[in-house]
Amino acid sequence: MTAQEYNFAYLDEQTKRMIRRAILKGLAMPGYQVPFASREMPMPYGWGTGGVQVTAACLVPEDRLKVIDQGADDTTNAVSIRSFFQRTAGVAVTEATADATLIQTRHRIPEAALTEDQILVYQVPIPEPLRFIEPREVETRKMHALEDYGLMHVKLYEDIARHGQIATSYAYPVQVEGRYVMDPSPIPKFDNPKLSDSPAIQLFGAGREQRIYALPPYTKVVSLDFDDHPFVASKAEHDCDLCGSDASYLDEVIVDDSGGRMFVCSDTDYCGGRVALGHRGRLSPARAEDAA
Amino acid sequence: MSGRKIFAENFSDEAQTKEEFSPKILGSAEPLLRVQLLTKLYGTRIGCADVSFDLYPGEVMGIVGESGSGKSTLLSCLAGHMAPDAGSVVFQTKAGPRDTVTMSEPERRMLGRTDWAFVHQNPRDGLRMGVTAGGNVGERLMAVGARHYGGIRAKATDWLGRVEIAADRIDDRPSAFSGGMQQRLQIARNLVTGPRLVFMDEPTGGLDVSVQARLLDLLRGLVRQMGLSAIIVTHDLAVVRLLADRLMVMKSGRVVEQGLTDQVLDDPQHAYTQLLVSSVLQV
Repeated sequence: MTAQEYNFAYLDEQTKRMIRRAILKGLAMPGYQVPFASREMPMPYGWGTGGVQVTAACLVPEDRLKVIDQGADDTTNAVSIRSFFQRTAGVAVTEATADATLIQTRHRIPEAALTEDQILVYQVPIPEPLRFIEPREVETRKMHALEDYGLMHVKLYEDIARHGQIATSYAYPVQVEGRYVMDPSPIPKFDNPKLSDSPAIQLFGAGREQRIYALPPYTKVVSLDFDDHPFVASKAEHDCDLCGSDASYLDEVIVDDSGGRMFVCSDTDYCGGRVALGHRGRLSPARAEDAA
Repeated sequence: MSGRKIFAENFSDEAQTKEEFSPKILGSAEPLLRVQLLTKLYGTRIGCADVSFDLYPGEVMGIVGESGSGKSTLLSCLAGHMAPDAGSVVFQTKAGPRDTVTMSEPERRMLGRTDWAFVHQNPRDGLRMGVTAGGNVGERLMAVGARHYGGIRAKATDWLGRVEIAADRIDDRPSAFSGGMQQRLQIARNLVTGPRLVFMDEPTGGLDVSVQARLLDLLRGLVRQMGLSAIIVTHDLAVVRLLADRLMVMKSGRVVEQGLTDQVLDDPQHAYTQLLVSSVLQV
């Protein structure tokens, strides 16, 4: 059902216009946090109000929308946002990465390579990468303006001093085109290399913090590191227990009360696609039948 | 107005006498810092007015005066933390003399983390309390582009040693340090990039006398050893007697007397300086 009492994609046209202007400004200055007048959305802050507004401003009736939550298409956040846009915009939806023209994501970048015809929208809780080490907004803005980014490395230094390695494993800070230091939203650092040189447009929306930033296609994005402690895109040292993939980011799932665990692809579409192609993992039902 | 003119004349006299002996003593004719008629007003009230002086490389200058005399205002204007209303602060950068008042903010910040250092009275203002001692010392290095963890850590360890903090405290946060240690850590954090000019705002304030003595000893050693120039604001005459080559006495935002430290302290000319010197308790 398309609720006729709503404007297309919920937001009114003036609001979408305002958000599009912020997006264009963000694309013109990759990595720069553009303030925008974030609206109250019919969902709580932290559920992706920023991403939803960016998606609403970008959607056209011909779009095919995919929504990811931690890599999965079938978790609460993904299901509710998908049905929200089905109701208010009446757009087609899909779970297949390759079929989607607009993908809203929370905490992951799809495993499948993106194309020039796609827009990837991230939900961002805290857009300011310097926030936890410098609480004053006036000061962090000045630091961005003056490219005063020594503090970011202090954070990484502290990691190594305390843990023996850079222990930051998600929301790993990056520098965009040698200029702005940016928070890539809480994606695992395994996904960081995919930010760079991506053919798709990448948009970041933070609703509560009222910031939008963007990466145009083919933007150079470098993860910060030390010469003697280089950046490593780490993942669990296992293969997927369902599809056997050794190249995808894995979730660890506790399966019983005696410490049994399994590792599965966090990207459900990728994993399902591989299983359909006949790939099998350690705990695949097919294997279980073989054994029985 | 006439009073202001007299002050200005006094300064030019001072400048002349200094130029006569400075090159011989210090071996350099170019002042590191040339301050001219620096004025900062808070509305209609005077923060500091018409302050002029030259500071030569390797020279330590003390600024004394009672509370509210404009010492800290002057220091903030010199260090670029506050914009003065009039006057110039010409610093001899590696690329030649530059007026830091009209300099762009990024350039001033760059100076602030390379050639300049600022030691606050309260170490909490100058340190990051949530970051380990090593991170605190390393911050300036990383700010100017150091990207080798081992190198940064080695340098931090070296500097902790120089300010007499045990190497095994490198991963402790400053909140676990005593007041004296925090102040020494702040000094290490500031001197690690080898600045040429250090601003100090009451570096020994709030420390007990034995810790003060140790800190002064350390500071004197570092200043001599590194050939630093320094401007030290204090109300403690013992501190300037020990550290400063030259002394400037301020009252109500204006400089009332300046000269060699021993000369000013042993033979004060201005009534206020006489009062100040005679107010010190003898033990």
